[in-house]
Amino acid sequence: MQTASAGVVLEAKNLVKHYKQRAGSFGLKHTTIKALDDVSIVLKQGSTLAVVGESGSGKSTLARCLLQLLPFESGEVLFHGQSLTELDSASLRKARKSLQMVFQDPFASLNPRMRVGEIVGEGLVIHGLGNASERLKKVQQMLERVGLNADDVKKYPHQFSGGQRQRIGIARALVLEPEVVVWDEPVSALDVSVQAQILLLLKALQKEMKLSYIFITHDLRVVRHIADDIAVMNKGKIVEQGMVEAIYQSPKQDYTRDLLKAIPGQK
Amino acid sequence: MADILSIEHLNVALKKSPSRLLVKNTSFKLASGKTTCIVGESGSGKSLTALTIMGLLSNQLIATGRVLFNGVDLTTLDNRGMQKIRGAQIGMIFQEPMTSLNPVLTIGFQIGEVLTAHQALKGNALKASVARLLTQVGIPETRNSSYPDELSGGQRQRVMVAMSIACEPALLIADEPTTALDVTVQAQILTLLDELKSRMNMAMLFITHDFGVVSDIADDVVVMFRGEIVEAGPKEQVLGNPQHPYTKALLDCVPDVAGKKELNPIDYAWLNHHELSNSGASS
Repeated sequence: MQTASAGVVLEAKNLVKHYKQRAGSFGLKHTTIKALDDVSIVLKQGSTLAVVGESGSGKSTLARCLLQLLPFESGEVLFHGQSLTELDSASLRKARKSLQMVFQDPFASLNPRMRVGEIVGEGLVIHGLGNASERLKKVQQMLERVGLNADDVKKYPHQFSGGQRQRIGIARALVLEPEVVVWDEPVSALDVSVQAQILLLLKALQKEMKLSYIFITHDLRVVRHIADDIAVMNKGKIVEQGMVEAIYQSPKQDYTRDLLKAIPGQK
Repeated sequence: MADILSIEHLNVALKKSPSRLLVKNTSFKLASGKTTCIVGESGSGKSLTALTIMGLLSNQLIATGRVLFNGVDLTTLDNRGMQKIRGAQIGMIFQEPMTSLNPVLTIGFQIGEVLTAHQALKGNALKASVARLLTQVGIPETRNSSYPDELSGGQRQRVMVAMSIACEPALLIADEPTTALDVTVQAQILTLLDELKSRMNMAMLFITHDFGVVSDIADDVVVMFRGEIVEAGPKEQVLGNPQHPYTKALLDCVPDVAGKKELNPIDYAWLNHHELSNSGASS
């Protein structure tokens, strides 16, 4: 086992991920798309790293590779210095409890046939945590913590608004008391007023539960409010990374400069 | 300057429950060469207002009030009358370019369709017009035989823009035309729309929820909340010195790129109370 560098909770080293695409007549040939091309990031304990880029830049692929939801060609992901690729499936499952993800679309990411209590409590069942009544109590406490009601366990997702559904997704991830949460565009589908509520909630939860965040987004205004560090991706590569303040004030790369310039409302 | 569009006391409701209004007593005006942005959260009635102007309201809904376009009340027109205006004098762009384009027809054909329908263009004249439109929106004219899936999201939206301005409409209605696009592409499309608006002296009605976009392109701003206009006026006034508590609260939710501002979500309970006690006349 390697030793973890102090204060680093999650680290990706030289990740390479290829997608094969059919090409040529009758799709007999393949072309390779480099979705991740030698990507390395470091997530510090208790901090938020924003990964930004346009569609197709590879940011969501990176999120999925970090959590071992997608296999990758080469490179490694270290969680507390331990390579996740080297773990057997039982140990990986254990590690997954500490690595949670929340998705963009609060309508697509909740099973419409399951009650909220089952959705939020499913992770507890899978990881064999507590008995039924302990689980219920935990789920109810978590729902209240994210701004819903304990009674909501009996309801179905369609009975909630978009912002409330996103809160259900947050409760589902956090009920397992993870260390790292990967947020894949968690506020992009929400109205600004709801977006502001959720962003404040995320900040409060981070402090309270000592969470480290990877925050995938295309919105550079949101990044400024939530993140400590930023990694800018373009065509599968990280073109620039560093502290948010520093990069916003003096971007080194043309691409970062273009992105910052394109933010509406600066004329 | 003459108003090209004037909405007067527009109400929209479900046929089933006509007493519950989805759009309430909405009135505003739009002049040629000017851009008015309607902003509001989902469910505020901004898209319903646009659909009513275009006569595309679902038959479950019923609208009352007047929509005066060039002096003609559009709500009195039948389908056929409306079809002559839609696409010719009023252009439309929607949010999702992929679902608005037909995937099995080339973009050249789809742009040409508009010209055939409204101006009976054919043959070489049609070809020339399509090529000119493509160039105008920044797509090489050689792409006219491409299918929508061969284009990027930004290019598809450019095709939508080309279709909407094909007949040089007096009014362009754009319902969240850049929401599904990347920021850099969004900036390009906004610049394009602004240029076309000035060159063709169009009036533009632009629906968005993004205050950044509003501050970039609007002349006037209409803020809608729960089906009603709570505040309207020149951009500088509405964004710089908002009068209504809802406008103020909404602006407080918008993250700024400088990161200086504290985010402050809307307290709806407070707003309700404030609305009831002050009923419009805000501090």
